[in-house]
Amino acid sequence: MTQRRILILVALLFVCTFLVIAQATAPPDSHPAAETDYWSLVLVFVLSTFIGLGVVARVSRLLHTPLMSITNAISAIAVIGSIIVTGSDYPTDIRILGAIALFASMTNIVSGFLITDRMLKMFKEDRKEAKP
Amino acid sequence: MIYHLAQIAYIAAAALFVFSLYWMNSPKTARKSVMAGVAAMLLAVVATWIQPEILNHDWIVIAIIAGFVVGIPLSRVPLTAVPQRTALSHAFGGLAAGLVGTAKFYLWSSEGPEQLTAFRMGAIVAEIILGFLTFTGSLMAAGKLQELKWIPQRPVTYPLQNVSNIALLLLAVALGAVLVIDPTGPWAYIAFPAIIGMALVFGVLLIIPIGGADMPTVISILNSYAGLSAVAMGFVLDNKLLITAGALDGSSGLILSIIMCKAMNRSFTNVLFGAFGTVQASKAGDSQKSYKEETIEGAAQVLEQASLVVIIPGYGMAVAQAQHRIRELYDLLTKRGITVKFAIHPVAGRMPGHMNVLLAEADIPYADLVEMDDINSDMPQCDVALVVGANDVVNPAARYDKSTPIYGMPIIDADKARTVYAIKRSKNPGFAGIDNELYFADRTFMLFGDAKGVIGELVKQLSGSGGAH
Repeated sequence: MTQRRILILVALLFVCTFLVIAQATAPPDSHPAAETDYWSLVLVFVLSTFIGLGVVARVSRLLHTPLMSITNAISAIAVIGSIIVTGSDYPTDIRILGAIALFASMTNIVSGFLITDRMLKMFKEDRKEAKP
Repeated sequence: MIYHLAQIAYIAAAALFVFSLYWMNSPKTARKSVMAGVAAMLLAVVATWIQPEILNHDWIVIAIIAGFVVGIPLSRVPLTAVPQRTALSHAFGGLAAGLVGTAKFYLWSSEGPEQLTAFRMGAIVAEIILGFLTFTGSLMAAGKLQELKWIPQRPVTYPLQNVSNIALLLLAVALGAVLVIDPTGPWAYIAFPAIIGMALVFGVLLIIPIGGADMPTVISILNSYAGLSAVAMGFVLDNKLLITAGALDGSSGLILSIIMCKAMNRSFTNVLFGAFGTVQASKAGDSQKSYKEETIEGAAQVLEQASLVVIIPGYGMAVAQAQHRIRELYDLLTKRGITVKFAIHPVAGRMPGHMNVLLAEADIPYADLVEMDDINSDMPQCDVALVVGANDVVNPAARYDKSTPIYGMPIIDADKARTVYAIKRSKNPGFAGIDNELYFADRTFMLFGDAKGVIGELVKQLSGSGGAH
């Protein structure tokens, strides 16, 4: 428990230090288009992690395998990044990388959700519902 | 307008993802979570696709179709192969993150140095290191789980292994830091591929010293990394939905790894850096204790007389595909009014929850699948404990023998049952290479053979005598 807290604290400290350095070393005349509101991104990350920890801690132990396959499918949300890289008006070699990434994410989405559903169908409370 | 619509869709998708995980808290609501997940994913994909900057659709369509073509067969693998499939999908997740990071780096550096801000460069470095190490690491894990011949199953160790691994990772991080400070220097085009190469190599080196018994933990850690690489992609692309979904995956992997580590009484660092099973492998040979064997007929008679039977499954059950035979045995025993429970150790099998899924596949109601902590108080009342392909999780040496690598690991108290039958393929020690004291205990009798075959014989015996009544 304490080890986990220390790990989280260290990670947070690391992120903050990095941001401060990033701030300090950023060229003062940087293009406004490249500005990122990174503090709000970090906030989203921290809050989502806490929500994730809270929700996942309550997941039934029976379902840890389906949990892993569904979170796998969920993190294949990388698909939207791949779509942007593949579909935008970028040089061809960059779009090829995007298309491979899109293929990989799409595979995860399709197989992740399908196999999760397949596994969850098998969990039955008692024998009567089960087909002989 | 379309921008705002997309943002609303992203918020809805993020909420649906949270609900999706929330509904996994009970098998009764769990199927809703797939619905929620699919709905969220559709929303997110459509909202991204209709953006005005998406001009080329042909490649997107091709890649999506290819994803379906590969994804559908991957979802139909036998359930014993689920650990491999999961590792493989972690690899795909890491690959996607790594490739998008690479694409963004070359894109921005061709557009001009002002695009590669320190923040973006830092996020890209994190993304490619995490992504590519997850890619090769998970491929290695999948290969080990699939028992590919050219990947060593036993942990591989060599001198200075940990030092050189960590040095490699630190070198990659240091190169990344230099890139953050000066992302468009003349050597950046060498440094960037070098970081990718080091991350790829590090992933392989990270998994080489890991043995099969540690796979549940390692898969969970890789799950966490795959999620974190999606988070890093969100930082690169300035996309909050990516960060949210990645963080959910990352925290899920973290929790599972913590549960797995606790179930083995080991720390993260010990799992990752202390190759398991090499210490005792050589020592196991010199013990000259003898097994007591039992015949199928004898075991069947004792089982018939029992009132509480606890079956303790392990990886051996998965290997032998014995779950359906076990269900037949479960049917025959419950028909006689005998209570049959399954004792599930958190690290039994090759991934978290592995045993539950296999037994659910065989139509065993989940009410009879009992967690280790809940079953142990009942073990002294248990008439027969039937160990099917489990080994370390029932080894009483874990309680007191400080010299064994599994010392302190919580175990299922099979040795407290009145009679123990252990089904074992051969007389060799288990995967971790540790002798199991349970097999030599007074009340333990061995049934040697393939788990499926032995249980099949038991079923035949029991149904034969059942017909004579």
